[in-house]
Amino acid sequence: MCLGIPGEIIEILTDRPDLARVDVCGVKRAINIGLLEDEELSAGDWVLIHVGFAMSKIDEREAKAALEFLEGIGQAYAEELAALSESNIT
Amino acid sequence: MTKQGTAAPDQTQANWAEEAVAEHAGAVHLTREEQVLERIDRARRRKARIKEPRITMSHGAGGKASRTLTEAIFLDALANPVLAELEDAASLTIGTAKLAFTTDSFVVSPLFFPGGNIGDLAVNGTVNDLAMSGARPLYLSAGFILEEGFPVDDLRTIVASMAAAAQRAGVTVVTGDTKVVQRGKGDGCYINTAGVGVLERDVPLRAASAKPGDAVLVSGPIGEHGVTIMLCRGELDIEADLESDTAPLHEIAAALLDAVPGVRMMRDATRGGVATILNEVAVASQVSVVIDEAAVPVNPMVNGACELLGIDPLYVACEGRLVTIVDGTQADAALTALRGHPLGTGAAIIGRIKDDPPGLVLLKTSFGGTRIVDLLVGDPLPRIC
Amino acid sequence: MSVRFVDEFRDADKALALSAQIAALCEPGRHYKFMEVCGGHTHTIYKHGLEDYLPDTVQLVHGPGCPVCVIPMGRVDDAIAIAEEPGVIMTSFGDMMRVPGGRGSFFDSNAAGADIRMVYSPLDALKVAQANPDKKVVFMAIGFETTAPSTAMTVLRAEALGLTNFSIFCNHVTIIPAIKAILDSPDLRLDGFIGPGHVSTVIGCRPYEFIAAEHGKPLVCAGFEPLDILQSVYMLLLQLKEGRCEVENQYSRVVPWEGNLKALKVINQTMTLRPYFEWRGLGFISHSALAVNETYAAFDAERIFNVPGVRVADPKACQCGEVLKGVLKPWECKVFGTACTPETPIGTCMVSSEGACAAYYNFGRFTRERVKEATRSVSQPVDIELMPARP
Repeated sequence: MCLGIPGEIIEILTDRPDLARVDVCGVKRAINIGLLEDEELSAGDWVLIHVGFAMSKIDEREAKAALEFLEGIGQAYAEELAALSESNIT
Repeated sequence: MTKQGTAAPDQTQANWAEEAVAEHAGAVHLTREEQVLERIDRARRRKARIKEPRITMSHGAGGKASRTLTEAIFLDALANPVLAELEDAASLTIGTAKLAFTTDSFVVSPLFFPGGNIGDLAVNGTVNDLAMSGARPLYLSAGFILEEGFPVDDLRTIVASMAAAAQRAGVTVVTGDTKVVQRGKGDGCYINTAGVGVLERDVPLRAASAKPGDAVLVSGPIGEHGVTIMLCRGELDIEADLESDTAPLHEIAAALLDAVPGVRMMRDATRGGVATILNEVAVASQVSVVIDEAAVPVNPMVNGACELLGIDPLYVACEGRLVTIVDGTQADAALTALRGHPLGTGAAIIGRIKDDPPGLVLLKTSFGGTRIVDLLVGDPLPRIC
Repeated sequence: MSVRFVDEFRDADKALALSAQIAALCEPGRHYKFMEVCGGHTHTIYKHGLEDYLPDTVQLVHGPGCPVCVIPMGRVDDAIAIAEEPGVIMTSFGDMMRVPGGRGSFFDSNAAGADIRMVYSPLDALKVAQANPDKKVVFMAIGFETTAPSTAMTVLRAEALGLTNFSIFCNHVTIIPAIKAILDSPDLRLDGFIGPGHVSTVIGCRPYEFIAAEHGKPLVCAGFEPLDILQSVYMLLLQLKEGRCEVENQYSRVVPWEGNLKALKVINQTMTLRPYFEWRGLGFISHSALAVNETYAAFDAERIFNVPGVRVADPKACQCGEVLKGVLKPWECKVFGTACTPETPIGTCMVSSEGACAAYYNFGRFTRERVKEATRSVSQPVDIELMPARP
C-alpha cells in the first residue's frame, strides 16, 4: 500500500495541465500532478508515483548525495577488504 | 448513518475464524522458529477441504485455492491413479500405443490482444500440455461456447488463427462442437480443447523426479503474456510495447529431449507463473528449489509494469515458455539445446535443486538476501488464459 | 535497461559495505530493537532478505503501519453491505479484495452476486462512475496520509465534474496516533524507529519530533529500497553511538522536511478527523482516522447508504495486538501457520502481504542459517566470512 515508484515525466498534457504522462521502465501512464502544482514540473523531471498521483518531485541533488554516501561507504569497505587480503600477520 | 463512533456498539463473531481456530485446537504448539516449517507443513498435509460455499476468482488463479479445489472436489470424487498424478497430460496405454491426453479451457478477456487471440492460445496451450509430457502432439478437439450477439467476423478471425496455429504446430483439429448461450450468459467466446499425442520416447517426465544437484532452466523471459493481457484490458491506463508470448513449444521441447537424456520434467508456465511450477516440483519431489533472481530473464517493461502494480513477475502467466529440470551435469547441454531454437534465444539456467529444506522454493535475491517463494494466494490477474 | 532511483539503491556490494559498518557500530553485548512502522518497509525487508545483512544483535520489529491490516472486520462487512445495495458498484484497491470480514471477503461477495471491482487509482473509480451514470459508484478509500490526498483530489475532481453518482467509504487512518499507541505500550522497549517514508512526503518530518524530544527515541525517515533501510539502521546506530537523539531524513531525495502543503490542504478541505476509530489489533484510538466532512457530504457513502456498523471480534486465540506492538514474533503466536495462514487469515497481521505475519510466512519463515546454506552455491554468495565476526 505504500507502493511508490519513481517515474520520469515525458510530457505535461496541454489540455489537462493537471495530468502528465510518465515513463517507468518503458511502461507509460498518465498520472495526476495536481498535488505538485507549486513545483514547476517539466519533461525530464522525476516524480514519485502513488496510486496514479505524483506525490513528490525527486530531488536529484539529494539522490546524488545519498548515492555518494553509499559510494563512500563502499570505497571504505573495499579498501579495508584489500588491506585485509594483503596483510599477513604470520 | 453509520454507528461507528457510538459508544460500545454490538459485537458479533466471525464464525469462519472461530471454526478455523477450533479445527486446529489441540495441535501441539511448536514455538521455536526452527519448528515453524514443521508446523506449517503439518497444517498443510491435512486433507484438502473447501470451506467456502461458493466459487471465487481465487479458485481459478492457479495457486493454493485452485489446488485445494482440484484435490477436495475433483480428485476426491473421481479418484484414479492417472488423475492423481495431476500432470499436465495424462499418460495412457491403449493396447501397444502409449498416448498422452489433455484438456484445457480458454476464457481469456479480452479475446484479442497484442501477439494473438483466444484461438492462438487454445491451440498452443493444448499443444504445449502434450509436448511437456514428452508426446508428439497429433489431434485436437475444439468446443466453442458462443454468446448470442457475438460478431461472426470475430469468430472467423479466431478460427483462422487456430488453423494457422494448428498448421505451425503440426496438429489437426479433428472434431469439435458449438453451443450458443443467451446474451449475458457467456463472455463472447469460450473455447475448450482436448488433445491427443503419441508418447514415442520412453522417458518419464514427472514433477516428482527432481533430484538434488539438478539444474532449473527457463526457455525465455517470463511474464509477457500476463502483463500484456493486464495492460490491454485498458483499466489500468498503462501503455507499453508488449506482446503475448503465446507459441507452440513442441519443437523446442523435442530439441531438448533429443539433446539431453537427463530431463526430469518440463512444464509450460501458464496461470500462476514460474513460481507455481517450482512449488509443485518442490513438493512432489520433496526437494528444495533454489533460484537466483538475477538469473531469471525478465523483459524490462514487464519489470516496470510489475513494479508499478506491486506484482511479482514470478507469478505472472506465460503462454510460450517452458520450465525444465535436468540432470545437473547436463545443464549446459540443455541450455545450448534451448538456445538453438528461435523460441529459446532468451533461455537461462535459473537455479539448482538442493535436498534441504524439502518442499520449499527459495530465492536468492539480486540484492544478496534470501527469501521463500510460496504458492500463490489469491489472484492478481484474473482470466488471462 | 536499469530502473533509475531504484537499481542504485539495490546494489549488493554497497549493502555488504553498509552491513560491515552497521556491525562495527554495534556495542559488544548490546542488543538493539528498532521498529519499522510502515508495512511497505516490512515487505521490502522480507522481499529482499535484508535481515541477512544485519547482525543478530540488531532486531527489526514490525509495527502497525499496514492500513489494510488495521481495518476491523466490521468495516469490511459495512463495505460489503454497501456493495450489496441495488445499483451499486464498489471499487477497491487490489489489497483489500481478499481481506475477510465477518462473513467473507470482497471476492466472496462477488461470488454471491455483488459488483466489487479492483482499481489501481481512485481516479479509475471516477472513470467507472462516469461510464456508469445509472449506477452508484463507491470507492473504498484506505491508506494512511500517503493516500488520503489522492482520495481528496478525486473528490474535488468529482465535484468539478458535477458527478452525482460517486462517493467514498472513508477508512483513512493517521500514523502519529498509531506510533503514540506503540510508545505508550509498557511491554515494548525500543531503541529507535525507522520512520514511514511515503507518509512523510505528505506530513513531513516535523510530526515525529515529539518522539525524540519527549520519548527519547531517535527516528530516521527511510526510503523503500533495501539500501535505504540499511542506511537508516546505520544512521540510527550512529545516533545511539554519538549520544544524539533526533529525527533524521534518510529519504531526502523524496521527502521534503515540511511535507506537501497542497496535499495537507486538500485533506483539510474535504475531510475531518473522527473523534475515534477502531484499529484492528490496537483497539479504539482517538483522533486517528478521517471521515468526509459536512461540506462534501454528497460524496460520503456513510451518509448516503445504510451502514450496519456492527463490530466483529477477532477470535480470542488471535494475538495480533501483541505482534503489532512487536512484543510477540509471528511464529510465537499460537495460531500462526495452523489456523492462521495467508489463505485463512484470522487476524490483521496475516491479512495483507505487508502484515508482519504474512511477510514472515510468505518470505522469511526460515531459520536463516539453513537458507543461507541452501542458497550458498547457487551463484556468488554473500561472503559472510569477510564480515566482522558475529557473537
